[in-house]
Amino acid sequence: MSIYARRRAADSISQKLCLAAAVFGLAWLVAILIVLIYEGAKGLSPAVFTQMTPAPGNSGGLLNAILGSLIMTVLGVAVGAPLGLLAGTWLAEYGNHSKLATVIRFINDILLSAPSIVIGLFVYEVIVARQKHFSAWSGAAALAILVIPVVLRTTEDMLRLVPGSLREAATALGLPRTYVIRYVAYRAAKAGLITGVLLAIARVSGETAPLLFTALNNQFFSADINAPMASLPVVIFQFALSPYKDWQQLAWTGALLVTAAVLLLSITARALGAQRGKK
Amino acid sequence: MNVASIVKAELPTKISVQDLDFFYGENHALKNISMPLHTNRVTAFIGPSGCGKSTLLRVLNRMYDLYPRQRAEGEVLLDGENILDPRVDVNLLRSRIGMVFQKPTPFPMTIYENIAFGVRLYEKLSNSELDGRVEQALRGAALWNEVKDQLQSSGLGLSGGQQQRLCIARSVAVQPDVILFDEPCSALDPISTAKIEELMDELATQYTIAIVTHNMQQAVRVSDFTAFMYLGELVEFAETDAVFTTPKEKRTQDYITGRFG
Repeated sequence: MSIYARRRAADSISQKLCLAAAVFGLAWLVAILIVLIYEGAKGLSPAVFTQMTPAPGNSGGLLNAILGSLIMTVLGVAVGAPLGLLAGTWLAEYGNHSKLATVIRFINDILLSAPSIVIGLFVYEVIVARQKHFSAWSGAAALAILVIPVVLRTTEDMLRLVPGSLREAATALGLPRTYVIRYVAYRAAKAGLITGVLLAIARVSGETAPLLFTALNNQFFSADINAPMASLPVVIFQFALSPYKDWQQLAWTGALLVTAAVLLLSITARALGAQRGKK
Repeated sequence: MNVASIVKAELPTKISVQDLDFFYGENHALKNISMPLHTNRVTAFIGPSGCGKSTLLRVLNRMYDLYPRQRAEGEVLLDGENILDPRVDVNLLRSRIGMVFQKPTPFPMTIYENIAFGVRLYEKLSNSELDGRVEQALRGAALWNEVKDQLQSSGLGLSGGQQQRLCIARSVAVQPDVILFDEPCSALDPISTAKIEELMDELATQYTIAIVTHNMQQAVRVSDFTAFMYLGELVEFAETDAVFTTPKEKRTQDYITGRFG
């Protein structure tokens, strides 16, 4: 009986510890969100979405930064996601047990956890330093390099979850390998694959360091991808560190926008994941 | 074992396995197997787990090709052509030799697409012809009446027994010559099992069928010929009645009476 009583005590203590740890971790997140909403919402106005970033002391908005972020994120994902998808497909469907696959998987894991500033520096050396000027496309290239490992990893994991029996069944019908992958494996893993891309977008949309080295910033809107381009994270970085009150306000608002976008993407990814679970 | 003496000479042979050896890496899984599969007859493979019956089935459509370190030696003649020849187009081969698996494996698409998908790959049909083919296949698998009003809903929403019949319909739809069944009923309840067995009877009028089963009553019910395998060897092959009533080998006798296995 005493053994049983001790077990119950240990159980209840560890349960409470787990709960406390969860609350402790979540509390910070909630605190951040509350401050962010409180400070960011003060600056929310139509001007944020319609005007360019201002000179200190003038009124303005974040239009150039928002568009710049959109352009570079879309470009980066458009390049990085297909590469990640294809590489992940190769690892899960073709490479599987080959030595090369093991090496690629290992390098990808390193890339996945590499500090983004290193990637910024790399692109700076390879593209910006040679071109001798900052450009949006070098920013997009840095983001693409960040997208690849995320998409590669989720693609491989999701394709591995597709039961081998399904592949065998498709093969037994006389389907060539490419059809088995495209029409059966991809379809079975669809929600997971989309989730991977969404997570990659969420990951890069908040990146500052790689853009500081590559796209830098631009006070005005520019659609020229060969020229420097503004982006939300860089503007937040610059404005938040400035001594000007109105710049600091815009930084808060920008931070709120980025957070809201990432939150929305994560929720969408979650919802898709849940849908997959139901099937 | 002399196959020719057991088998009635007048029955045509669809597939002829000759001196087949199979290896999983170093593991010699099938040892010198020779047997026929007669046209439009059901042949059952029985034997304890690990005896090689599923392996043999997977040689017949070269499913083992998917995996490295698996190899077959000998000959398997389909209408006189050796399908183990590396030059054989395996996809074309597999479209002629359908397979139904232990667990139902509907594709993640609609019921209609599950069937139309494979057909489209090998034939150019008009929409109405394709509709007709889907209906014919579903009727052939005794599923049409249950799903005709929900062809556009997901195949994953069907019950296990229905899913298995959908897989049969899918195999039938591409109009193969041979259908291989790998323990098709082991995941199904008795009612679904009865339906599938009934279906096999009908399918045997048009197709050459091979079935791996652990259920000896099932072998008796559905098959015309039975092959008893043990430890990678073909111990006995004969008409099902003969195998179950007057087995020639002691090991067969022991197995079917439940003394080992």
